[in-house]
Amino acid sequence: MTDSALAGGRPAVPRRTPLTAVHEQLGASLTDFAGWLMPLRYGSETAEHNAVRSAAGLFDLSHMGEFSVTGSGAAAALDYALTGEPSALKPGRARYTMICAEDGGVIDDLIVYRLADAEFLIVANAANTGPVGAALAERAAGFDAAVTDRTDDYALIAVQGPRSAAILAPLTSVNLAEVKYYASYPAQVAGRGVLLARTGYTGEDGFEIFAAPKDAEYLWAELSKAGASNGLIPAGLAARDTLRLEAGMPLYGNELGADMTPFDAGLGRVVKLEKPGGFVGRDALARRAQEAPARQLVGLTLQSRRVPRHGYAVLSGGQPAGVVTSGAPSPTLGVPIAMAYVRPDVAAVTTDPTTAGTADLAVDVRGRAEPATLVELPFYRRQS
Amino acid sequence: MTVPSELYYTPEHEWVALSGSSASVGITDHAQRALGDVVFVSVPAVGARVTSGEPCGEVESTKSVSDLYSPVDGEVTEVNPEIDDDPGLVNSDPYGAGWLFKVKLDETDGDVPPGLLSASEYTALTQEDE
Repeated sequence: MTDSALAGGRPAVPRRTPLTAVHEQLGASLTDFAGWLMPLRYGSETAEHNAVRSAAGLFDLSHMGEFSVTGSGAAAALDYALTGEPSALKPGRARYTMICAEDGGVIDDLIVYRLADAEFLIVANAANTGPVGAALAERAAGFDAAVTDRTDDYALIAVQGPRSAAILAPLTSVNLAEVKYYASYPAQVAGRGVLLARTGYTGEDGFEIFAAPKDAEYLWAELSKAGASNGLIPAGLAARDTLRLEAGMPLYGNELGADMTPFDAGLGRVVKLEKPGGFVGRDALARRAQEAPARQLVGLTLQSRRVPRHGYAVLSGGQPAGVVTSGAPSPTLGVPIAMAYVRPDVAAVTTDPTTAGTADLAVDVRGRAEPATLVELPFYRRQS
Repeated sequence: MTVPSELYYTPEHEWVALSGSSASVGITDHAQRALGDVVFVSVPAVGARVTSGEPCGEVESTKSVSDLYSPVDGEVTEVNPEIDDDPGLVNSDPYGAGWLFKVKLDETDGDVPPGLLSASEYTALTQEDE
């Protein structure tokens, strides 16, 4: 066998999170992810995936980048810096948003939490923490707003899955029934002061807990204890990736990148062209909103058991028609699934019931065309 | 990590059990750990010719796909009938119920086929990886 998973590591020493020692004690397979030593899996990633769908999983997300933006001009600075309209957020609420370059290309996708009138917390992908920090600082310069990299000030622990609220409830005085999706509260969890947010990247109900690094091991242990009788197990990045893929959520570097706009990914709704004042990338994005798209993000399922992977060609009638951005065997569906960018004409033919059979879609899986079916995203939607 | 002393190994992480003119083939504990959950194994068909060091199948796991290399020259006589329905056997019992295929060897002069590693040589190789 030959495989990149079996190849030697990179020379640079990856950073440890406040929980790396815990992962080592749990016997996790650790991997260098965006310069951080992260748990890929603790045992079976399929079992971890299924636990999150049916009960709950515990994740260390301390590699994510955090920035605080504070000051009387913070809201205006973020309206200028991001595609969304953070000034319209009520304190305690959060939004999924993006930060784009002048040409409309995506620098990163973000969650922005408004903690108070003049205080925001922005969560960025680990690999993009540098570029996001630089862009925020540059764009905030003309406003009464301070941008601070807080990545080292937070451990981030996520509890995800249908049992999350039941697990968390005995550990906190916050009435979780009143915590809406995409809301955050300063809270006590197991007696430690945290920011408790009802957000996630798994397609399930769940919470993300921003804690002081010194409290991380204690909180992990208390959550593990509270969750044991509810089926909670620790879950690694491998499960996180298949969970977000089933939920149709984009991953930067796969579905999103500097050479794409939010519209390419079908996420034009995050671009608030009508918000007052300009914002970086507005002109390019306004043009892009009017144009016919050059490609369309679609979902594919395969009948074969061979798995489409990032970069594999999508074929229509045997001819190139697009490219797979993410693919995996889906634990929930039991078949290989993929997200892919395809030509709009191919997507249109396939979604029209009168012509659906004529597209003859396939994925070139290592030299063999495996028949594929176009499906609506997401692949999985939880019952709410 | 388990490396049974009675088996031989390839640098590509297959194991082979030699018994007279027959060889059983699978992937190692080290390999299954690195791959994670195996979801599909494509093995050569019964009657197919396999050649030492050449790809003869593939192993799909959640995160990646890998070529399966034949450790020996010969003809495939049997494939594990359980592996199609339960590829997870490769994870749970890589040297036992997770075996993949059997080969009738071309050369049966009693020597170990060339290019194979002993358990101690393979252990040393995997430690270099880490």
